[in-house]
Amino acid sequence: MHEMSLVADVVDLVERRTTGRHVTEVRLRVGALTGVLPDAMQFCFEMATAGTRLEGATLELETVPGRIACRTCGAESPCDDHVLLCGCGSADVGVVAGDDLMVTSVAVRREPACA
Amino acid sequence: MCVTCGCGQPGESHAHSHTHAVQPSTDLLAIEERVLAHNDHLAAHNRAWLERRGIRAVNLMSSPGSGKTSLLERTIAETSGRREVCVIEGDQETAADAERISRAGANAVQVNTGAGCHLDASMVERALGSLDPSEGSLLFVENVGNLVCPALFDVGEHRRVVVVSVTEGDDKPLKYPQMFAAADLVVVNKTDLLPYVDCDLDVVAKNARAVNPGVDVLPLSVRHGSGMDAWYAWLDRISDTP
Repeated sequence: MHEMSLVADVVDLVERRTTGRHVTEVRLRVGALTGVLPDAMQFCFEMATAGTRLEGATLELETVPGRIACRTCGAESPCDDHVLLCGCGSADVGVVAGDDLMVTSVAVRREPACA
Repeated sequence: MCVTCGCGQPGESHAHSHTHAVQPSTDLLAIEERVLAHNDHLAAHNRAWLERRGIRAVNLMSSPGSGKTSLLERTIAETSGRREVCVIEGDQETAADAERISRAGANAVQVNTGAGCHLDASMVERALGSLDPSEGSLLFVENVGNLVCPALFDVGEHRRVVVVSVTEGDDKPLKYPQMFAAADLVVVNKTDLLPYVDCDLDVVAKNARAVNPGVDVLPLSVRHGSGMDAWYAWLDRISDTP
């Protein structure tokens, strides 16, 4: 499903930012509220990187917990549920953290030294 | 040399807090780029393009069979005198929906996503190039039938409308909260079938507002016409407001 599309975007992004380098690791920050499934990401990553400069790279996922700010009572609270509800009962909340998907860093093979 | 901060060059000495846990034969590059940044950038470009031409774009989303295309056919037939309507149709395969829209009397282009489950901003950008909507027109982007993925992808729309039909049950907003939380309007279609199904319109509205406080919920029947005037009034309002 959309993990495949998101992984394709990850591969495009990494290729664009690592011109000519072979990538050995991709570190991805996954917000808990994005609904992305880590297992599906890993599965799709292997398929999507075949034949690219990322072939054989490992995908390291760092999960970021969801956090919401309530417009009714002003409180901030953790939330990993897609039904965004403050402890005070209000659903009038904004997402502070956890709705993002970000490539934080990559490891690339060092170029061989010139003779 | 430390591949995290570059320290350890000859003549340097300083303290730092991170540990040196990187493979000796690799370099660590900071990227810090959002995966959807590229789509969001294209969506913003689409939005500005539409804004410059005074075109209002509505992203129409629902599960397959809720009545998106039928709603557009009736809208085109009954409001063509008021404003020009054009449509970008999204489906995995076939041009069937674009053909229906053309027969109803509006310009349409079909986007086939193949294995893809949603329209994204780059597909809509290309479709806008083919469709070339007139200034001041009302553009509908009829998304791929899917209550999950389209919610994640901004395509440059002005408003998002989610259609659910009474045959789907009244719990769908709770089961697909990302989709309903992103809606500017929830249309509940096929109210003509209420006597035959277990669906309570008040419960649909309550559930929609549980994930999207204050969202407008509009019951209607495309087949029989009830509620269509309220739909046209909503379209008039969004055409007039920024």
